[in-house]
Amino acid sequence: MAKQIIIAGGGVAGIEAAATLADMGHKVNIIEKGSSSGGNAVRWHALFPDRRPAGEVISYLNNRVRNKNIEVTYNTCVNKVRHHGSSLVINLSSGEELKADAFIVATGFDLFDASRKEEYGYGIYDNVITAPELEDMFNGGSLYTADGRVPERVGFIHCVGSRDEKVCNHHCSKVCCVTAVKQAIEVREMLPGCEVFCFYMDMRMFGPYYEELYREAQEVHNVNFIRGKVSEASNTINHKVAVKVEDTLAGRPLRMEVDLLVLMTGMEMSATGASLAEASGLRRGKNRFLSVRDNHMHSNNSDLPGVFYAGTCTAPMSITDTISHARSAALEVNLYLSER
Amino acid sequence: MKTEGKKRIWSEYQKNVPDDHFFYVRSCIRQSFFPGSEQVFLKILRDDLGKDVFEDPRHTTCTGIGYHGDVVPFETIQTVVARHFALATEAGYKNIAISCVTSFGIYTEILETWKHFPETLVKARENLFKATGRVFDLPETISHASDIIYKFRDEIAAKAKYALTDITTGEPLRIVEHIGCHYAKMFPKHGIGGAEFPHVLVGMIEKWGGSVVDYPERRHCCGFGFRQYLVQANRGYSLSSSKKKFESMEPYQPDMIVSNCPGCAMFLDRWQYAINEIDGITYGKDDEGIPSLTYEEMAALMLGYDPWEIGLQYHNVQALPLLRKIGVEADPEKRFISKDGSRLPEPAGLINNF
Amino acid sequence: MSQVSQQKFGFGINKSRLINYDKGDRRVRQYITDREPTFKLCFSCGACTAGCTAGAHATVNMRRVNVYIRRGELEPIREEVTRCMMCGKCLLTCPRGVNTRTVMALAAEAMKKLDRNEL
Repeated sequence: MAKQIIIAGGGVAGIEAAATLADMGHKVNIIEKGSSSGGNAVRWHALFPDRRPAGEVISYLNNRVRNKNIEVTYNTCVNKVRHHGSSLVINLSSGEELKADAFIVATGFDLFDASRKEEYGYGIYDNVITAPELEDMFNGGSLYTADGRVPERVGFIHCVGSRDEKVCNHHCSKVCCVTAVKQAIEVREMLPGCEVFCFYMDMRMFGPYYEELYREAQEVHNVNFIRGKVSEASNTINHKVAVKVEDTLAGRPLRMEVDLLVLMTGMEMSATGASLAEASGLRRGKNRFLSVRDNHMHSNNSDLPGVFYAGTCTAPMSITDTISHARSAALEVNLYLSER
Repeated sequence: MKTEGKKRIWSEYQKNVPDDHFFYVRSCIRQSFFPGSEQVFLKILRDDLGKDVFEDPRHTTCTGIGYHGDVVPFETIQTVVARHFALATEAGYKNIAISCVTSFGIYTEILETWKHFPETLVKARENLFKATGRVFDLPETISHASDIIYKFRDEIAAKAKYALTDITTGEPLRIVEHIGCHYAKMFPKHGIGGAEFPHVLVGMIEKWGGSVVDYPERRHCCGFGFRQYLVQANRGYSLSSSKKKFESMEPYQPDMIVSNCPGCAMFLDRWQYAINEIDGITYGKDDEGIPSLTYEEMAALMLGYDPWEIGLQYHNVQALPLLRKIGVEADPEKRFISKDGSRLPEPAGLINNF
Repeated sequence: MSQVSQQKFGFGINKSRLINYDKGDRRVRQYITDREPTFKLCFSCGACTAGCTAGAHATVNMRRVNVYIRRGELEPIREEVTRCMMCGKCLLTCPRGVNTRTVMALAAEAMKKLDRNEL
């Protein structure tokens, strides 16, 4: 008899884990809180480092999820998972109770709410936007300020909500640096007359071809990099945004006006994942993401038998790493079920 | 600019300001800088709003200037503040109302220290008892005097004789608000509206008909800086900080500056004189200076107090253009004549002296 | 300090330490970039400065010079750009392939042209 697996979350990790298990002949039920699958990725226009259209990955996932062994339940959250005899009992927000042989948490991440960094005036100053909002503009094919001007200068603030004790996030969200570089290049290509500035603390180009993209941004696209964390943004009389930053490499404060200020919002443990973890006794780390059983050898395992983790519910990850992590979660589940 | 975003922040930083029964602690310097401000605060609270405000003549300086000037140790200032709490306790008051932002910062810093390091509170009690034989209860509330005016802004608006509008055009006056650094930058939760978008003065200004100028250097320090102005040779740092703000607000042509801090209101006034002497520059419209008022002076003007009774003439930048805009009839000739008819000293180098 | 403030106050208006990017003069940057595009590649590691012969005993900081030229802040590096001894150690060490020696020479050249109003 086919084993029943339930996955919380129908984003990149959830779908990839489900499809890998379905290919092995298992029955999978994805419980997705939203009304469609794909998670945070569906909002993206293009992906680093090669800037392929994000739609290609989304259609790959859509094809993967169309499998006779996969059922997706939308507009529903998993509230709790617990052991009952030899199987798992999963409580849904609909009040329904499901039985499963294995369970994968793939609840992903929430984007940091940029308005919590009050000093940047997000939600107050019209021309302060977030990275996903810039992706929306790329998807729309045009780039304007709130008052309809073609921007002549765009600034990117790295580490918004990451590496910042003031918002209780000590962790690095990993993908924002390279996303800023990618977006900076896209702005330069879309508007060749527009100057672009990245305000960064460190450039964390951890993945293959990320460093090369950074170099390309400087060499080919004339993107400017200023090392320093922006301390405050304010409105000017001309509806521009004035930023204050230390040019740490010059050792002096620097001020400049930009037409559009993009906040590179980081990743936080998703609220739905957090409440599932609290209700089910799943251990979380100081960064509030789920703690894996072993950082090196068992990064898909929880402390509970039959409960596994996939993707950014454990830590910030790129899509590449999320897909790999989801596949390895599927392998772990398969191994677990075959040993029972 | 999206005001909903500001309103959301304001709703997150509200504090408990009591309705009545205040133990008022004065500032060391305000009575000479703005001679009528504290007096008119008391009059507004007692006479216009019918509140009970108690003052104890034995209240002293909080020694904040000495503390920030590195001559008074933290343990000493804790004991001084403990003594003030003891005076309040002896008088039966639980709500402290603080005139000065430096003191307000000192009080909040000490209360937070006592909260997080209870052994320091034990030590402060011990020190105070050894030195004076006094004991004290911790206050239930700590309000800056601007918090209190903010709380009663609707009541003041209901009794107001004037508004912050230009009577000839009907337009709201453009007003720069400046918040003392130690009001909320150290502990945003103790300031109404927090540190980045404080609402304490904005709430008064908008309630009384004015519009607030959000200029790029709004959040910048006035440069008071204790050690910067205490040493004469260092005062250039202080002056230059204010200048940075004036240059930033200048394009908006503000009609006045309102501050909730002794040092800020003073320097944003006096440094206009100094810059005018040094460089011949003024920052208001038509070569005028920008009048720099305290929030009590602003409230008093709304309520119809005589500008010369509340000491507006003792600002370097005279408020005459402002008074004309809001329609307050005040004879400039009477500025420096005291009630008994004798001449009051007239400051030199007045700006807007027309 | 003006005479008025000296006599009257004993202090004056301090010069701002701020780099006001909007007021910077980026003609020297343009001059160098046009002639030596590797100038853009610097990521401020400081290897050039670490081994600099002249920098060991005088204020010559090639990394900082690069930053200041990019920002358009020329006054602080006016003297510095003339002090390169052209040994080439920086060129050897640069991980980004910046033609550092040429950058320094072009910077000195551009500064002279700037003074003669030729930029």
